[in-house]
Amino acid sequence: MATPNVHQGEAPRSLPRPQAKQKDAGLSLLFQRLIPYAFLLPGLLLFGVFVVLPMLYSFRISLYDWDILRPERSEYVGLGHYLDILNNGVFQRAALNTLLYAVVTVPAQMGLGLGIAILLNQRLPGQAFFRTLYYLPVITSWVIVSLLFEYLFNGQAGLVNYLLQQARLVDQPVRWLADETLAMIPIHLLGIWKGVGWTAIVMLAGLQAIPEALYEAAAVDGANAWRRFRFFTLPLLRPTLVFLLVVLTIGALNVYISGLLMTDGGNPLDRTHFVLTLMYEETFDNFEFGRGAAISYLLTAVVFVISLVQIRVLQRDIEY
Amino acid sequence: MQKKRLVYAVITYALLSLGALIVAIPFLYMVSVSLKPQSFTFEMPPRLIPTEVTWRNYTEALSTDNFGLYFANSVIVAVSATALTVLVASMLAYAFARMQFRGKKLLFAVLLLGMMIPSVMLIIPQFLVAKELRLLNSLLGLILVYVAMSLSLQTYLLTGFFKTIPQDLLEAAWIDGASPWTVFWRIVLPLSRSGLAVTVIFTFLYSWDEFPWAHVAIKETSRRTLPIAIALFQNQHLTEWGQVFAASIVALLPVVLVYVLFQRHFIAGIATTGMKS
Repeated sequence: MATPNVHQGEAPRSLPRPQAKQKDAGLSLLFQRLIPYAFLLPGLLLFGVFVVLPMLYSFRISLYDWDILRPERSEYVGLGHYLDILNNGVFQRAALNTLLYAVVTVPAQMGLGLGIAILLNQRLPGQAFFRTLYYLPVITSWVIVSLLFEYLFNGQAGLVNYLLQQARLVDQPVRWLADETLAMIPIHLLGIWKGVGWTAIVMLAGLQAIPEALYEAAAVDGANAWRRFRFFTLPLLRPTLVFLLVVLTIGALNVYISGLLMTDGGNPLDRTHFVLTLMYEETFDNFEFGRGAAISYLLTAVVFVISLVQIRVLQRDIEY
Repeated sequence: MQKKRLVYAVITYALLSLGALIVAIPFLYMVSVSLKPQSFTFEMPPRLIPTEVTWRNYTEALSTDNFGLYFANSVIVAVSATALTVLVASMLAYAFARMQFRGKKLLFAVLLLGMMIPSVMLIIPQFLVAKELRLLNSLLGLILVYVAMSLSLQTYLLTGFFKTIPQDLLEAAWIDGASPWTVFWRIVLPLSRSGLAVTVIFTFLYSWDEFPWAHVAIKETSRRTLPIAIALFQNQHLTEWGQVFAASIVALLPVVLVYVLFQRHFIAGIATTGMKS
């Protein structure tokens, strides 16, 4: 046992190590045991300091009226912030806006994404071109596309208003971003427009993993296109669909940059806030760190519960 | 039958082209406005092809408004964060994929938990931690947080990748007396180029585009990265869309370049992440 089995399925243990002399066997053993931790150390240190520690720290902060300049003077309020927030009108409206954003953009991305994936899966010439183009919004930063949509939906002379007027759908230019209800439209459209390319590519990968032979067998059995889709494609695509549903929902509940930039974080009258833009405002504009931390913890709890429920309900194993 | 197939193909192309237009028009518009003189920003009727082309928005943005400096900051941050993530995540992944040690399962589970936490929720405590460590207003503060935030997903992807390396190769090296580091550096990494390419792309795009953390961590003007610089510029100069979009396009070029160059790996990487459920 002079050489411990550090690696899985390592060479036979009886092989002598050239340098391993009998008297420092103990030391060498200790050294060998430590090797894995040497590989882990830098990563775990970074992860611990900037992810795990903040996660725990955040909960503590949320229980205090956190004083950022003199933390030791912070006043303990228990769950006070949480109760306060839940009863607060601005928060309730922000939560509603966030939920609505998820309810609109997630199914839209899934539906359009599936359509595009099926079209791309026809394997016609030029597929790579479309795939690349559809992916362009995905890789573009949220800041750029948010500003771009703010420009296109400009209240006086934006392109969208121009097209709507040309089509005689409206008489007057619509002031999209100045109205609490209308402002949601460009924000939702942006979310769908930016995310659909990713959804489509993931679905395309899922479609291409389905064995061709299955379809041929079904076609021979006389199943028409709709039945093949309904009884083969959809069930086999189910793991991909569940994965996308969970990831897109988490992403949607975390809507942030587009709201912050397009409505200047909640204008008009704090009616267009999302949970995270409100979190930002409370924390970094009002310096209510405890309150902000409580908001982010509430959101995380909701995200966790929703993901678990979605996975539990939808992830039934299907065997063929 | 032949005719039916042709009809299908025509419908497919028609729908794909419609989608392509919806995706492309906003981008084309952005390019167009960036090339128009300021007074044509909201011309009526809106023209996609500028009647008068000028590079002024670009020269203004890059020289007077310091976007050259912000571009350099973004390059430093994205390149360092990417290099560090590749190194640190692959060391983690090597340990998880190929070594036995106490607490392995638990550590891996904790690391994976990181994928489920919304990144913005960590911003407040990260701000306080960074303040304690004097990492606010510093590019290093951005780099370290970007690496930490990338570790969960990248370690997960690379662990799967390293498990596919043939065991015989590694055993042969151990028998020759190679140290674990040599095996890692000389054999595992060179054999994993395509897996590492996925990590490079994901991390580069993430740290190049990241906004929320940079927005709270950087208050000093000279340390801004492009996303915050563009957002703040637009906030202060509401009407100068030409310059906003000129800066945006300059910021977008490296992203498109990386995407086009590594597209093959990129698609593979997305397919892998899609399978993780």
